[in-house]
Amino acid sequence: MPLITYREAIRHALSEELDRDPNVVIMGEEVAQFNGAYKVTEGLLAKYGPKRIVDTPISEAGFIGAGIGASMLGVRPVMELMFWSFYSVAFDQILNNAANVRYMSGGQINCPIVIRGPANGGTNVGATHSHTPENVLANHPGVKVVVPATAYDAKGLLKSAIRDNDPVFFLENTVLYGEKGEVPEGEYTIPLGVADIKRPGTDLSIITYGRSVLHSLAAAERLAAEHKISVEVVDLRSIRPLDVDTVLASVARTHRVLIVEEQKPFASVGAQLAFTIQREAFDELDAPIHRVTTVDAPAIYSPPVEVEQLPNPNRIFLEALKVLA
Amino acid sequence: MSTKSTANSATKTQEGTKGPGDPRKAPINARLTPAEKIELYRTMVRIRRFEERSLRSYQAKKIGGFLHLYIGQEAVAVGCCSLMGANDHVITAYRDHGHAIAVGMDTKPLMAELYGKVTGCSKGKGGSMHYFDPSRNFWGGHGIVGGQIPLGTGLAYALKYKGLKGAAMAFMGDGAVNQGAVHEAYNLAALWDLPVIFVIENNGYSMGTSQARSSAGDLARRAEGYHMAWGVCNGHDVYEVRSVMDEFLRRAREESKPAVVEIKTYRYRGHSVADPDRTYRDKSEIEEYQRTKDPINVYRTSLIADKIFDDAAAEQIDTEARAEADVAADFAEASPFPTPDDIQKDVYWETDNPSQRTSGGRLFFT
Repeated sequence: MPLITYREAIRHALSEELDRDPNVVIMGEEVAQFNGAYKVTEGLLAKYGPKRIVDTPISEAGFIGAGIGASMLGVRPVMELMFWSFYSVAFDQILNNAANVRYMSGGQINCPIVIRGPANGGTNVGATHSHTPENVLANHPGVKVVVPATAYDAKGLLKSAIRDNDPVFFLENTVLYGEKGEVPEGEYTIPLGVADIKRPGTDLSIITYGRSVLHSLAAAERLAAEHKISVEVVDLRSIRPLDVDTVLASVARTHRVLIVEEQKPFASVGAQLAFTIQREAFDELDAPIHRVTTVDAPAIYSPPVEVEQLPNPNRIFLEALKVLA
Repeated sequence: MSTKSTANSATKTQEGTKGPGDPRKAPINARLTPAEKIELYRTMVRIRRFEERSLRSYQAKKIGGFLHLYIGQEAVAVGCCSLMGANDHVITAYRDHGHAIAVGMDTKPLMAELYGKVTGCSKGKGGSMHYFDPSRNFWGGHGIVGGQIPLGTGLAYALKYKGLKGAAMAFMGDGAVNQGAVHEAYNLAALWDLPVIFVIENNGYSMGTSQARSSAGDLARRAEGYHMAWGVCNGHDVYEVRSVMDEFLRRAREESKPAVVEIKTYRYRGHSVADPDRTYRDKSEIEEYQRTKDPINVYRTSLIADKIFDDAAAEQIDTEARAEADVAADFAEASPFPTPDDIQKDVYWETDNPSQRTSGGRLFFT
């Protein structure tokens, strides 16, 4: 199976969907002539032309709002946020208009948009550019939120997102863009809302998503090697819809849970998950649920310290031992 | 008033130049049949009587939340929407009852929506500020000042993308012109040559703050900064609204060019019914407008002078409009509320169409 990068996998998904559906349009800042700030859209302008691959001004509220309006008439815009951190300047468009228009119209209007781009810390760009808003987004009924960890998942999930008739927010990761993974050639999709067990185990369930999946797998290796602990790593892949069944099945196998997320702890995705697990699998738990989150402060710039602010294999390793103590 | 669409002649409009003459004689109005002229009148009267009836229902506590009345502005929505062709689209803000009736929505589901009933146009899920009817190219009804303007720009984008010769009219109040999203939409529309008319319904007050106290400079002239055409016209004269808007709409449809049109109008009621309307204007100002520029009276006088109808016919229309509003209120009153089981319907396309669902997992949480 070909080994390609996460970035290339996303590009392949975009290209295949552009081929499949003439209503798909790629919009965003520097997605066309510049070939993409992170080169995700490289080559698409040359292949599809300026009608399908559209450069926008630095004007997130304007172009995302326009994309939402166009989607109401059947265009299917896939809009790139150079960083998801910039969602705040388009908040009203994303979370009042896209999230609510179906409901407020009594189901008369669909909003089949995708907004995609990176949402992560770890690149020393400070507090304004390091937001991970999946919890904020998923707090709004009407939207779907997807956070892929691997190249394979990124391609299959993005294709499903583009075909979805609801607004889907797709959160990538600049640190992962260069990560390679096995991706089959040609057509496949991965349904939203289906978690993936990235490593089976029997002693501890690490429930995680996004880049934290990779850190959790590294921690699991060390826990196995140094302490003979068998860790199951559950990659949620999708935050809303959320595959609660796979999570509960894992809890029933291991009886211990560590949630790992690149999120500030207050009202995070993990907070919702911990509530759900205790509510629906209380009798399965042999220990309190623990979490490894981003340390609760704005993103620090200082490069070596930012590593410690975010979930990392060592922090996960240490916290896992506490759950098992 | 000028019907030229260049910034230069629009500036003349601003200065009050009469342009080619009496808007009654503009081709778009001259070709109206007497029946069509009467229909414009009827729609204006129906809007007013509907809203007066809704106010009584609000005072009787049949209606919750906000109620932003359009009374005084009727000629704007009716004039603009009367020009719509099959590929023309409308979006507006929260003062949306007039536009909804002007595009042809039935007043019964509109009133039922105010009452929060399941027979409402949005099944009781939107309320006064959130009327929609995509089947009539009416895309709301939006609650956040200026937030609908990028959406209207997107409707125009879709028309151009699909190669349809139509235009979008994106309505806003004079308070919206200071919102950033509006300027972002202006820029995109001009940059991409989108067929959108940004219609500023300038009723003089951004909530309870006058134009002089909220907006620097001339509102429509801001279009010049984006090299967009613009115009200003009086909103109490439905003929003038039609003649000015017609030219900009044709240009949008034929040449895919955006424009900003400021229509000077006036609202008789407060920003919403919760506004006691005592702090920012004198009653005499309202009375003066009602006496000299009431759009329904102005048009009625004109139709009688032109022998299109007589007083008795006008009164008949008024009686019918009052009866229609009462029927709508009776319909709303008699209709059931949605049930708690309806709360989680119409949230996701997928959960409303379960046989076509492709995703797994939970979409709703406790």
